[in-house]
Amino acid sequence: MSIQTVEDTKVKAFPAKPAEVIAFTAKARRRIDVPAIAGRLATALIPPAVVIAVLLIVWQIACSSPTASLPPPSQVWDEAYDLIAHPFFDNGPQDIGLAWRVLVSLQRVAIGFGMAAVVGVALGALVGQSVWAMRGLDPVFQILRTVPPLAWLPLSLAAFRDSNPSALFVIFITAIWPVIINTAVGVRNIPEDYRNVARILRLNQLEFFIKIMLPAAAPYIFTGLRIGIGLSWLAIVAAEMLTGGVGIGFFIWDAWNSSRLPDIIVALAYIGVTGFCLDRLVAAVGAVVTRGTTAK
Amino acid sequence: MTAYLKLDHIDKTFTRGSQVSEVLKDIKLTIDKGEFVSIIGHSGCGKSTLLNLIAGLTKVSSGAVLLEDKEVDSPGPERAVVFQNHSLLPWLTVYENINLAVSKVFGRSKGKAERHDWIMRNLDLVQMAHARNKRPAEISGGMKQRVGIARALAMEPKILLLDEPFGALDALTRAHLQDAVMDIHSRLGSTMIMITHDVDEAVLLSDRIVMMTNGPAATIGEVLSVPLARPRRRIELASDRTFLRCREAVLKFLYERHHFVEAAE
Repeated sequence: MSIQTVEDTKVKAFPAKPAEVIAFTAKARRRIDVPAIAGRLATALIPPAVVIAVLLIVWQIACSSPTASLPPPSQVWDEAYDLIAHPFFDNGPQDIGLAWRVLVSLQRVAIGFGMAAVVGVALGALVGQSVWAMRGLDPVFQILRTVPPLAWLPLSLAAFRDSNPSALFVIFITAIWPVIINTAVGVRNIPEDYRNVARILRLNQLEFFIKIMLPAAAPYIFTGLRIGIGLSWLAIVAAEMLTGGVGIGFFIWDAWNSSRLPDIIVALAYIGVTGFCLDRLVAAVGAVVTRGTTAK
Repeated sequence: MTAYLKLDHIDKTFTRGSQVSEVLKDIKLTIDKGEFVSIIGHSGCGKSTLLNLIAGLTKVSSGAVLLEDKEVDSPGPERAVVFQNHSLLPWLTVYENINLAVSKVFGRSKGKAERHDWIMRNLDLVQMAHARNKRPAEISGGMKQRVGIARALAMEPKILLLDEPFGALDALTRAHLQDAVMDIHSRLGSTMIMITHDVDEAVLLSDRIVMMTNGPAATIGEVLSVPLARPRRRIELASDRTFLRCREAVLKFLYERHHFVEAAE
């Protein structure tokens, strides 16, 4: 009985097959070229994989003597295995996976960087648009932007009397300068013709800002945002080391205090990958938003 | 009958530091409704400055621009400009570029469907409806200029100002666009002022040709009427006596009496 049904289904399925094959080849011809994609993936992935493997081997050899001050990769793998394998575990207030810590840090960056983006674009537009604003504000910006992020921390701790707003402020003040400066350059470079179009149409200030200035300066603005997000990720880790909490920066400080060097190395990898993803995210958003704006 | 557009003793000087340079001096001109007037002159004679003064993009130093007896000293959609390099916004499609103008000028007076019809009508007028979803980077130079003209026409201007609109185009494309502008002029009866440095183009398109003397302190040297019947066809005109006479008059003005001297500046 059961054999018969198997045969039945086979027989039924068989005539349907040719149609499937036709559909697949048509699709393949149009879009999916498997060997080409595999080839592209290989050229993109094999070189970095080889480099990483070589680095790990060199590191393993260099740190495997008993007197080495830093742990070799094998020791990192053994001792920090739960951190690597389980990014999302949650065993109570201070014993959580690194992914949770990264998310807490990312949340701070999102708030601080978000404010920096909004305020930075507005100030940059003002400085780019008005000669007097530029003369007055530009020297101040040029001086303040060279102040290292952490130098702001004591001052903001004194001002806010709380660690979380202080960390946010440090992110904000670190990320805002490249946004302001790039936006200002972008606004100053808006072609005179676009301004003339706006004048003939009698666009008001707000319409000009939204319909001409933002899109025309978008490539510059996104350059500033991309530098800004990189700087704010640099600053959050340093700020969290000092302010405490559950961020990835504090985790490193905590691991150092309890001599868990493998944990620190794993955390560094998390930070690097996250920073890379942030950079690519802003770049990708920029590429989508500014499509067509640079072409003439 | 009072003039539609009147340029009343216009002077224009630019001041840079202590240096004062007189660009235009005592420009007097009246233009009737529906007239096509070309302004021709050597480069640097201030013809673009003159167009910018009419557009209101630059302010006059003395004198006045009067449109229907009202002074105009700031830019507005009733004096639409077709720019030499089209000036389309590259991040908007052809349709959106025109929509920006239409929704600003007719945002209150026309409904959404009406505005859409108006945009499409103007795109049809320049034969660009097929490219409405393309971005400026995806269409040719001649097509961009067509869209630039459509955008200006869509503002329903009292005067259309064309600033060397075909200067950057190749000869064939230029001829097509000249025909398109002649066609639009005859269909809409619009008043047009065009800057050009092409003698044939000026004679072919214009009712009158305004010839400018060389700067500094350029002024109107001569105004030539072109008594050719419309519609005009370039092939027939190539051997037409009146056309040739007008052409010769402009050439004589430009190359004999006001020969361009490079060292004059």
